[in-house]
Order: sequence, then structure tokens, then C-alpha cells
Amino acid sequence: MTAQPALAAALERQPPPLGGFSPAIVRLEVRRLLRNRRTMILALVLPVLFFWGFGLNSSYVHERAGHGNVSAVEMISIALYGAVSATATCGAMVSIERAAGWSRQLRVTPLSPTAYIVIKMLTSLVLAAGSIAAVYLVGALTNKVSMPADLWVFTGLCVWIGSLLFAAFGLFAGYLLPSENVTQVIALVLTLCSFAGGLFIPFSDFSPDLQTFAKFTPLYGLSQLVHYPLAGGALAWIWILNLVVWLAIFMAGAVWRLRRDTARV
Amino acid sequence: MAPRYAEPGALPGRQNGAVLPPAVELRGVHKQFGSVHAVRGVALTVGSGEVMAFLGPNGAGKTSTIDMILGLSRPTSGAVEVYGMTPRQAVRKGLVSAVMQSGGLLKDLTVAETAQYTASLFAVSRPVGEVLERAGITAIASRAVGKCSGGEQQRLRFAMALIPDPQLLASGRTIRATLPGADEAALRAMPGVDGVEVRGDTVLIHSGDTDAVARQLLNQTPARDLEITSRGLEEAFIALTGDHAADPPGKSQAAL
Repeated sequence: MTAQPALAAALERQPPPLGGFSPAIVRLEVRRLLRNRRTMILALVLPVLFFWGFGLNSSYVHERAGHGNVSAVEMISIALYGAVSATATCGAMVSIERAAGWSRQLRVTPLSPTAYIVIKMLTSLVLAAGSIAAVYLVGALTNKVSMPADLWVFTGLCVWIGSLLFAAFGLFAGYLLPSENVTQVIALVLTLCSFAGGLFIPFSDFSPDLQTFAKFTPLYGLSQLVHYPLAGGALAWIWILNLVVWLAIFMAGAVWRLRRDTARV
Repeated sequence: MAPRYAEPGALPGRQNGAVLPPAVELRGVHKQFGSVHAVRGVALTVGSGEVMAFLGPNGAGKTSTIDMILGLSRPTSGAVEVYGMTPRQAVRKGLVSAVMQSGGLLKDLTVAETAQYTASLFAVSRPVGEVLERAGITAIASRAVGKCSGGEQQRLRFAMALIPDPQLLASGRTIRATLPGADEAALRAMPGVDGVEVRGDTVLIHSGDTDAVARQLLNQTPARDLEITSRGLEEAFIALTGDHAADPPGKSQAAL
């Protein structure tokens, strides 16, 4: 009988470190994204088209704005739109995974919910990086964007890290909504937030009432902050407050739904 | 203990004088979902190397009980231990795995990627090529899961369950029903059906009362709501290697 020594050895096994997190899983998740045509269009193609239309070929794009020109402002705006589309879409994929029973399957493995969230966040950052790079590359190649070299890098990084706000939103939505309509809801919310955050129409063109309303929407603070290095001037505490409050709301929502999801079965 | 264990050193539950815990121990386990009392005071011990079948009609509490053993849910009252630890701890050590009855797969991964994904989650895992071979799906390794047939997906779920080299395996059907047409040598290499080389793997089978395989395994009709029956592994092996041609492989009970 070899049963008992085998069992005794097995009982000595250790759980994997980091709650089962590994770069190999992020790689596989990224591979899944690259296969999803709809996600790729939403995150890479659409922002480039928007930038082409709004930021490069309008009459006012060569006007000065802060340390650069209007094209640079538009480039940051559209890059932020693309990046948050990417992270929100990635986060919302948990909805499909729950419906497929994949989340349940993962719960009979060492993977911790925290490690799973980290994997989702890193995966969404990879797609967001692609989205930002696509917009910035078009900006560089068309030669219409004027901005100091260090600000290209710095604003790009700010947009990239900031886009995590919408990874949290995507996770919240993904845990909250059924997979059939999560994509539509996300697209609608993103479009509204992008308008209200001044990503498509300059915030200064809003009526005073609309400006007041917009200050309470989720992309307002983040948008102002990622434009700040280029725009210069004074840093407003309300931007940071807006960002922190919405981040807290989205994260609390995601954690709340995740807990419910875990306790459900 | 059963007399088939001849050598004193190989007594079940003993290794170098240390007592090894049973695979599963439930004590006074109740599970309530709101007003529904799904599990009413189950107490049982599943020894290492045993095959145990949970039989009963829908709503008998089979899935609820298995879910608690897998750490997917917690009992409303009572205690659940797997190898003397919490179910979650046992899962984290790769001691336990389950063959899902439906779902549990991502359509946009290939068969091999699904196995790689699963293998990446465990501290120690069997080689992906080996588990695909054992489940008989090496030839479709690069196929997208969404393009696999129901039978192929079932084999993939089984391959995934083998990845951590589990000591306890929960399945909605017998291994033979999962792998129709597998040859005898391959079946004997599986946990729970290797009656010749006992590896200490414990198998839990939970099934609706219409499942011919589970009935044949136990050779009896469930009498109570939730029938929990235990047999020695060797005896179960004989039952498992009997003729199950009547069992439709595609048939599935409620999801695990």
C-alpha cells in the first residue's frame, strides 16, 4: 500500500505564494483580450478615430494651450477616454466569467479574490497602455501636437495610472450586472462621463449650471488632473476630492459585490 | 479497520506513528438558504482511499453538501474538515479538486491554455501535456474551448481536476462515464479507479437518483432523501469497471 506515504507527503504541500497570482495568468488574460475583436476596436481603433476627427483636423488645433497646443489637450483627452474604455471593459469581463461558471471554477483553486482582482487590474492596464500608445503614436506621427517631450511621457503615465479608476468601475459593473447588458451599460456610462468630464467638448464651453453638475461626475477630477501638467496654473483640491471619492465608491461597490458573489453559492 | 490492510505500518490513517486525518469529516452540518433547510444534520467521515457516493433526487442536498466540502460555501452550523483542515486550506494546498458538471470554462481560451491557466494557479501541478493525455484530449489541445463538443469539454474539466494531483476528487459522475471509450490502462491510472495501485485518492461522487452509474456503483436504490454511501476503493473499482454501456455520457445532472 503506497497510499499513506503519498497522502502524508501531499499534506505537507504549501499553498502558492501571493494567493495564486502569477505573470503567466496575466499573459493568458492578455491573449484573451487580443482575440476579442470588439474590445480591440473599442480600446484601440475608436480612440484613434476620435482623435483624428476632434484633435487633429479641426481649425483651432494649432492654438496655444498651456505649455502646448489644443491638439495636445485633445490627445490627452482622447487617450484618457480610450484608456478608461479599456480598463472598464476589462473589468466588466468578470460578468461573462461569472455567467460561464469560470469564477466558480476558480474558487476551487488556490486563487484568492484579491489576486484575481490584481490580475484583472494588470490585464486592464496592459490594454490601457496599448490604447494610450495608439493615440500618442498618431499624435507623434501627424506632427500636429505641440508639447514638451517630458510632458508626453508624464501625461501618458498619468492617464495610464488614472485609468485604474475605471477598472474598479468595470469590476463593480461586472459583478452587479448580467453579462447580456453589461457592455451596453458600460458604453453608455463611459460616453456620458466622458462628455461631462470635458473629454469631447472643452469643460470651459459648458454653461455654468452644466459645469456645476459636471464637477460631481466620475471623470471630472481625473480629467483635470491628467491635463494639469500641460495646462499649468493652480491645482484645485476639488479634482483630487472628486477622484478619491469616486475611486472609493467604485472600489467599495466592487468589494461589496465580490463578497456577495463569494458567499452566494 | 478493514482487514485488507495487512502491514501494520500501512494501517490507514497511520504514518510513522502519526495519525493522518480522514479525507472528509462532517459533524452536525446544517445548511439553510433563507427558509430552505437544504442540509439537515449530516455527520460522516470519508476515509482516505474511499469512494463515496452522494445520491438523491434534486433538492436532496447533494450539491449543498459537496459545496461545503469544496469550500464554496460555509455550513449554517456544524463543522466541515478536509484532511483535518478547513476546506479552503485544503483547496489552497491542491489537495482537493472538482469536476464541474457544466460551465466552468472560458470559450476564448484553447484547451491547452485552459489547462495552463489552471496549472499556473497551483504551487505544484502535473505537467499540462500529461493531464491532457490522461483525459484523451491531446489531439485537440490547440482548439478553442467554444468549438469543443460537450464530451470534449467534459474531458477538459476532468483534465483540469487532475492538474493539482488531488487527494480528494469530487465529480458528478464516475470517471468511466466522463471518459467513454477510454482504455482500461488509462482508467486504472485515474484517481479512484486504480484499485490495483491504491494511491490514496478519495473520490466523492454526487449524482441524481436517475444516474445509472452511481446506482450501479452502489447497487442499491436511494431510500432516504440524501443517501450517503461509502465503499472501499477496491470494491468500488469492481463496480466502476462493470458494464456501463447504458449510461449516456452526455447526460448531466444539476451543475456541481
